Amino acid sequence: MKALSQKRRHPLAAVALLLLGLMLTGGLYAVATTANQAKAATTYSANDVQEGGKLFIANCATCHGMGASGSPDGPSLVGVGAAAVDFQVATGRMPMQAQGPQALQKPRQFNDEQTHELAAYVASLGAGPAIPEAKYTDGGGDAANGGVLFRVNCAMCHNAAAAGGALTRGKFAPALAGVSNQHIYEAMVTGPQNMPVFNDANITPSDKRDIITFLDTIEATGSPGGAALGSLGPVSEGLFIWIAGLGVVIAFTVWLTSRTS
Amino acid sequence: MSTAAETPYKPATATGRITDFVDQRVGGSGLLREFGRKVFPDHWSFMFGEVALYSFVILLLSGTFLTFFFDPSMAESVYNGSYVPLKGVDMSVAMNSTLNISFDIRGGLFMRQVHHWSALLFTASIAVHMLRVFFTGAFRKPRELNWVVGGVLLILSLADGFTGYSLPDDLLSGNGLRIIQGVISSIPVIGTYISFFLFGGEFPGTAIIGRLYVLHILLVPAMILLMIAIHLFMVVVHKHTQYPGPGRNDRNVVGYPLGPVYAAKAGGFFFIIFGVIAAIAALFTINPIWNYGPYDPSPISAGTQPDWYIGWVDGALRLMPGWLLGIPLEWNIPFPWGVNTLSLNVLIPALVPAGIVFTVLFIYPWIERWVTKDDREHHVLDRPRNAPTRTAIGMAGFTFYCVLWAAASSDLIATHFNVSLNDVIYWLRALLFLGPIVAFTVTKRIALALQRKDREIALHGRETGRIVRLPHGEYQEVHAQVDDYKRFKLVGYESPEPSAGVPNRNGIVTKQEKRRALLSRFFFEDRVAPATPAELHAAHGHGHEEIEASDKTKEVAR
Repeated sequence: MKALSQKRRHPLAAVALLLLGLMLTGGLYAVATTANQAKAATTYSANDVQEGGKLFIANCATCHGMGASGSPDGPSLVGVGAAAVDFQVATGRMPMQAQGPQALQKPRQFNDEQTHELAAYVASLGAGPAIPEAKYTDGGGDAANGGVLFRVNCAMCHNAAAAGGALTRGKFAPALAGVSNQHIYEAMVTGPQNMPVFNDANITPSDKRDIITFLDTIEATGSPGGAALGSLGPVSEGLFIWIAGLGVVIAFTVWLTSRTS
Repeated sequence: MSTAAETPYKPATATGRITDFVDQRVGGSGLLREFGRKVFPDHWSFMFGEVALYSFVILLLSGTFLTFFFDPSMAESVYNGSYVPLKGVDMSVAMNSTLNISFDIRGGLFMRQVHHWSALLFTASIAVHMLRVFFTGAFRKPRELNWVVGGVLLILSLADGFTGYSLPDDLLSGNGLRIIQGVISSIPVIGTYISFFLFGGEFPGTAIIGRLYVLHILLVPAMILLMIAIHLFMVVVHKHTQYPGPGRNDRNVVGYPLGPVYAAKAGGFFFIIFGVIAAIAALFTINPIWNYGPYDPSPISAGTQPDWYIGWVDGALRLMPGWLLGIPLEWNIPFPWGVNTLSLNVLIPALVPAGIVFTVLFIYPWIERWVTKDDREHHVLDRPRNAPTRTAIGMAGFTFYCVLWAAASSDLIATHFNVSLNDVIYWLRALLFLGPIVAFTVTKRIALALQRKDREIALHGRETGRIVRLPHGEYQEVHAQVDDYKRFKLVGYESPEPSAGVPNRNGIVTKQEKRRALLSRFFFEDRVAPATPAELHAAHGHGHEEIEASDKTKEVAR
């Protein structure tokens, strides 16, 4: 403690304290906001449908209309299926906070049971994509085949390293790291926001499983060559060499010429 | 005379004997005496050329390592290396061998990253070096030709960078190559022929990687080496420039001799640069081709950009509208032999901005020489503020470049700052034209303001922040005179005056001369003249008398 009290007037003490405080706050926040993983369920009881209907009227009908028939503010949900509800609600995108270019991911509003009931209700309105079977989302497929499919079908928006990318007028394709396998599958079959639908005729369920496996693999492998700089390609590399690289070089040139003149 | 002259010189040590042996046969001591006594001034901003040179040496070393394992063939192969997410994927031999360098050859990934990072540093340090030379006026006589050689080196480094970027045959570089192919095809009449000639048929063909490889490792580096030799030779001939200071003029160079101080410093600096690049290469990944996958003309990844130094051309392509004021920029012109397409929406952004920047860059020394009619040699540099118009022109060009550069990352600006991609494009389009004007005006005003501040300090000293109350109640801030060394920096600069058109032999002021006079006025009409010795004398004498005088009157009054 004596050493600590002696160092308290060190010029860097304030910086160190600030850093410590920021890391503590950030760490606690990260722990506190970790969302639960959604679990797949495929059977709905009449009670689920009834409870889901009540939740729907209270939380969703303002935009999606009574009976989910749609309104000027939100599309009809008849026939979108349980998968769409599970994706939108469990990732926190629905209910939407405000109308905007696209629904943003945020802390989810409904727990697993409520999400299940809402999905049951919407699924009861018309046939649509169901929540996928666990065998397609286990990440045990062929990563290399998934990679080929990902580059052909997904990379133009989500980036080859799944780091996300821009679309027109404020819309964007999000980064895919940290998204659960089930949600990725559901996104492919339902095409949320501006994403196109990749139905089973387009990409078979086993190919979807390969894509999920590819995403799992690259997330688990990490970056073999060192810090990935956001996997954003040459822009972050260029920024890095100009700011960090040249910055260090300039510091050295100043040091080398400072002893004289 | 004495017998001592006839007895051969006998060195005492082994080193001495070896040196003497070599010297008697190749006569190195004369060279060493000449070069070892070459004096170089000391300033951190003079070292970027060195950074570029060292990066180039590192490029040669790491590049040689890579050529041992890289196979520039576009033959089809199946990847069977250790990177799981690509196992069993069809790809060219070039991509396959690059992946093997990355994952299966000891130290290969590190060397690839050293090579690529040093390429980025190479081009960046050339750019900064040229900015330094421009803003300090080091391109003036006698260095105009060396400035041109430097410009050629810049273009060569871009060429070597781009050819190298394309070699791994991954998705990212393949997309880049496709854009270049599109640009070439947009050249009227001959474009398609050049494209077919370059790619050996339809894009992508099976020839381009091998051809780029030859350019990348043989032709372009050889030209760079030649240009570096010419560049350094001219530096030796011209001697190095120096910043203004007491005792420094256009006939001397104040600094340290090459040997031993600079030889040691420069040698050490090489290892510092190598160390910095090695540390970056070890800690940060660059061009992760395993993410991009093999090239296939159908897919494209979000966030596809060229390396930073080609970014501005990509940015120009992104900013160019396809339609302008309701008129399409792609014209299909019917000819008797069929319809030919003129794609101005590709041709203009790909060639015009780069054409403007490089033309102005190459001819600027002559523009300034013509405007100022200055034919003297300049070895003392200008502080950027002391050439306000040149500094402002430089900043305008820099802004123009940076807007194009930013446009190449328009999609990442949109996602990372949560703004609409369309708005980013609209703003950058406006900024491309307005930005340089704003930058010119603001820079010029700042430079003139700094000059006025310098003049004020030279004449009246710097403000000390000490307020004294005089006996009669008046408050004054005490100004401290700066010492002579500092003052020299504030007053010792050239400030050309605008020169009116001079009649020629027939007594006529020609149109060209009138234009020159107009430009001269544009350059120098609002100049801030440096304080003259007379002004300095008057100001200093005056200041002291004032305080003393007021003290005396007080005494008398009492």
